[in-house]
Amino acid sequence: MLAQEFIRNALLAGSFVAIACGLVGYFMVLRSQVFAGDALSHVSFTGALAAAAAGLDLRFGLFAATAAIALLLALLGRRAHADDVTIGTIFAWVLGMGALFLDLFNSGSAGGSGITGSRALFGSIFGLSAGAAQLAAVVGVVIVLATLLIARPLLFASIDPIVAAARGVPVRALGTVFLLLIGLDAAEATQAVGALLLLGLLAAPAGAAHRLTASPYLGLALSGLLALLSMWVGIALSYQIPSLPPGSAIIAVASGLYLLAFIGTSRASRRLFGS
Amino acid sequence: MNPTLTWDISSDVSQMLRFPFMVNALEAGTIVAVMASVVGWFMVLRRESFVGHTLSLMSFPGASGALLVGASQVLGYFVFCAAGALVIAGGSQGGGRRDHAQESAVVGTVQAFALALGFLFLSLYSGVLESLETLLFGSFLGITTGQVRTLLIVALATLAFFACAGRPLLFASVDEQVARANNVPTRILSTAFLLVLGLAVAATAQITGVLLVFALLVAPAATAQQLTPRIGSGLALTVAIALAITWVGLGLSYFTNYSVGFFVTSAAIVLYASARAFRALKGRQGRARELERS
Repeated sequence: MLAQEFIRNALLAGSFVAIACGLVGYFMVLRSQVFAGDALSHVSFTGALAAAAAGLDLRFGLFAATAAIALLLALLGRRAHADDVTIGTIFAWVLGMGALFLDLFNSGSAGGSGITGSRALFGSIFGLSAGAAQLAAVVGVVIVLATLLIARPLLFASIDPIVAAARGVPVRALGTVFLLLIGLDAAEATQAVGALLLLGLLAAPAGAAHRLTASPYLGLALSGLLALLSMWVGIALSYQIPSLPPGSAIIAVASGLYLLAFIGTSRASRRLFGS
Repeated sequence: MNPTLTWDISSDVSQMLRFPFMVNALEAGTIVAVMASVVGWFMVLRRESFVGHTLSLMSFPGASGALLVGASQVLGYFVFCAAGALVIAGGSQGGGRRDHAQESAVVGTVQAFALALGFLFLSLYSGVLESLETLLFGSFLGITTGQVRTLLIVALATLAFFACAGRPLLFASVDEQVARANNVPTRILSTAFLLVLGLAVAATAQITGVLLVFALLVAPAATAQQLTPRIGSGLALTVAIALAITWVGLGLSYFTNYSVGFFVTSAAIVLYASARAFRALKGRQGRARELERS
């Protein structure tokens, strides 16, 4: 399996995408910002289509769109924490713009739009070139380092924003930086699992880690590990079963892990094992 | 024939209404707008926008699954949306520790899994991508009279639910603990509400497309809640806004050939932004007046 070049590229890009999603996702769940992550992941679809309609590089559209909307959400919310109605309204509009770009693209150039659209929506980790994979890995490393760098103050600001602000932690700035990180991460992961599926990589490993441990640093590591595991197993499964698309396989594994964690820590099983 | 927009609105409208498919589209759009905006008003009140969005995406595996097994797409929409509502209700209530962060992780995982499933169905069906686009962004072409009838039945059922359970649901949504202390069955109500939400989005998705149901659910209610805190006038305003943006969207889409979704969401964001700006301005004037007085 490893002799295939496209698998090596997929594993290289996928591993870093997964770790970045696991770490960012952990804080996203902790801060109850899953909906913001959902919105930003859909925004990346519009970004990709806009770039396609304008004839630019897809990645440029992805990163520009998610960063812009992340900043907008941070601006509109109190303490850079937009409420769900604001997020919902903006995000419905951005998707509407996506529909427009799809129309423009369809009428503008001959063919190929269906493929671009479906790649942006569902990803194509097996279609990455070596250069794209290396770039994805570098961006992944940057996101991981940035998350780890702000992990301590962000943890404080997430758990008790009022006390953190009183102790001089820049809560608002941290919130903005974190939303930007979610945006970057969404743009990054869109290339691997697609705009519609990347929420699974953000929410499922992180949700499982939150259920399994209350310790933040252990949880952070666990979340990254579970995401990495989902990515590897998903890629392997999809390689073995050709009719199973890689995006679906990765998300199915991540959801399965979450389901296991959910059942393992549910009320019924606690009663059963008496802990 | 290529329709052109003139300044004479009545002749434009009568030109549009000459086509049976456009009449169907307007009827369906009107039904959907009323239903989605009422359900959306409660959804916004209950802070369940994320759940609403997730349920609306359930239509995607529903439709592609129905394609795969050769069943009716409408049936697929309803089955998957209802199933999603039950899974989310079970996941957020039966998981032991009850907190907001955990709930949203459940919803996010359900959403991603459903979409992954939909993608799998679609690739097993060996993808017809034009239908994917219609599925995601909607089309007002080819709405049948039968579809309009189904929508009407679902809408009446939804409104009947709110007529019967609206008051206790409102109580449970505003203050869950006090409601429970007053013997309001909050758990049953919240599960029932999710089911109704699921049915409503399944119906709406057939017109607006899976990705844009959300515009009709959240934006009218959000705009109305910026303008008035009252229940009655808020609900009426919500329905009026939804009808306006749907009609404008359908009309513009007919005359320009761009998708309905783009026009509906753009009209919605303009109204929402104006409402926010209006409220901010009014707040500032009020504060200035108080300063003058003191």
